Amino acid sequence: MATEKKVVAEEQNFAKNDAFNLTMIPGKFARKLRTCIIYQFIRFLIINIKMIIVVQKSH
Amino acid sequence: MARLVVMGGGVAGHTTATFAKKWLGNDHEVVVVTPNSNWNWIPSNIWVGVGEMKKEEVVFPLAPVYAKAGIDYRQAKAVSIHPEGKEGSDKPFITIEYTGQGKEGQTEEIEYDYLVNATGPKLNFDATPGLGDGNGQIGPNTVSVCTADHAVHAYSELMNIFEKAKTEKQKILIGTGHGMCTCQGAAFEYIFNIEHEAKKAGVRDNLEIKWISNESFLGDFGMGGLHMKVGGYVVSSKLFAESLYAERGIEWLIGAHVNKIEEGKLEYELLDGTIGEEEFDFAMLIPPFSGVGLKAYDKTGEDITDKIFAANGFMKVDADYTPKPYEEWKADDWPRKYQNPDYSNIFAAGIAFAPPHLISKPAKSPNGTPINPTPPRTGMPSGIIGKAVAHSICNLIKDGENAHIHEASMAEMGAACVASAGKGVFSGQAAAMTVYPVVPDFDKYPGTGRDTDYTFGEIGLAGHWIKHILHFLFIYKAKLKPGWTLIPE
Repeated sequence: MATEKKVVAEEQNFAKNDAFNLTMIPGKFARKLRTCIIYQFIRFLIINIKMIIVVQKSH
Repeated sequence: MARLVVMGGGVAGHTTATFAKKWLGNDHEVVVVTPNSNWNWIPSNIWVGVGEMKKEEVVFPLAPVYAKAGIDYRQAKAVSIHPEGKEGSDKPFITIEYTGQGKEGQTEEIEYDYLVNATGPKLNFDATPGLGDGNGQIGPNTVSVCTADHAVHAYSELMNIFEKAKTEKQKILIGTGHGMCTCQGAAFEYIFNIEHEAKKAGVRDNLEIKWISNESFLGDFGMGGLHMKVGGYVVSSKLFAESLYAERGIEWLIGAHVNKIEEGKLEYELLDGTIGEEEFDFAMLIPPFSGVGLKAYDKTGEDITDKIFAANGFMKVDADYTPKPYEEWKADDWPRKYQNPDYSNIFAAGIAFAPPHLISKPAKSPNGTPINPTPPRTGMPSGIIGKAVAHSICNLIKDGENAHIHEASMAEMGAACVASAGKGVFSGQAAAMTVYPVVPDFDKYPGTGRDTDYTFGEIGLAGHWIKHILHFLFIYKAKLKPGWTLIPE
């Protein structure tokens, strides 16, 4: 009887070498958020505010 | 009327000269000496190197900008500094050799009241056999993205590889070409932009892309790494960098000193002393940096280069250069005023000043080969230092010797860094990071050395938008367009 495989695309890189196997790899949801326009627009505002604070503290 | 001479027209030199001229007005002279005819927004060279931008989009001619500002522009390279003048004159001066303006090869002496060394680095390709051509330029075996012209060439070579990858396997190697390199961030951006473009071109499956660098761990970036708060944890940049490489199927080789490069092959030594080889079809390896090779002479003509410059060719300033072990390094070792200790009317800004020591933990192979990143001095610190130096010199000119000298220690300033991982309005990504302070202060922030409220990083489309906006914003600022002073460094 053939074994049914459960293939999760983002998890396949773990098996490619030992170094990959010992780190974290983002799943589908985390990767989707990286290019989600609405989420990224909010992050854009937050990152800008954080950077402006660092710039102000540095001058 | 006082004369300020600024050697160098990069981020630090341009910032110093333009602010000094604005504050001094026409009562005093500002002279810029730079061998380049163009100003280059270097962070965007990455996009030139993958064909996403043209060279013309990342450079602009300096002459009209300086003419508009009232700055005396000399397209020339600085050759020597004479801080005590010469026989028969106490007036300090520098010697220059023209590289343009129809005076190529001519030499001249320029007297100064105040001097700023903002010459940036010499790209020391010849430090690694086969990385350079033996004449100080890049050799034929690898490419670079350090200048806009280098990036244009890199793109052309990359396209050849992409073409071949349509039918056969190709190997790409990106990273550092020597054990003492800095600027890992540029290589980091280039490797992920190549990976992004390879996917778009449909050739990713035929490309083996590998990272090789002198960092002792991924994510060191010459700053000893950084720690950030994520999901309730405080974690090292190592974890995030490794995650990014693993996600994109990019293998890494770290702690590597590249000691020889031939056509399609390089030899390296690792921190554990082992020697290895890597073959490649395309390699972009960042060269180590050194000072540009300025000489200095006293009034009698005696060579005092060693007095003014450190062994690596960078200028000595008000740092603590006493050799001491890593455990005794302090934030206070780092300079605050960027003033030369022997000649108080000479300053150094940006990459041109000699750091007191590394930021990353020093490391050597059992053979005694130092393999560790040297300290980065990116655009934001260079701009801030340049502006502080301009402030100090303007004060000295206007108020005399007891004027207030501005301070800008890298152990008290932060840096914002946006590392592109692929260009595209809706598909692009970049790692947006800030570190505060750049040089860790373990007395003030025991544990990580930095304030984790202001040290963070995340990857996404928002980072790409920021990087793209900064491209236009900083070129706008450098062109001195209306409101340029409102844009922070």
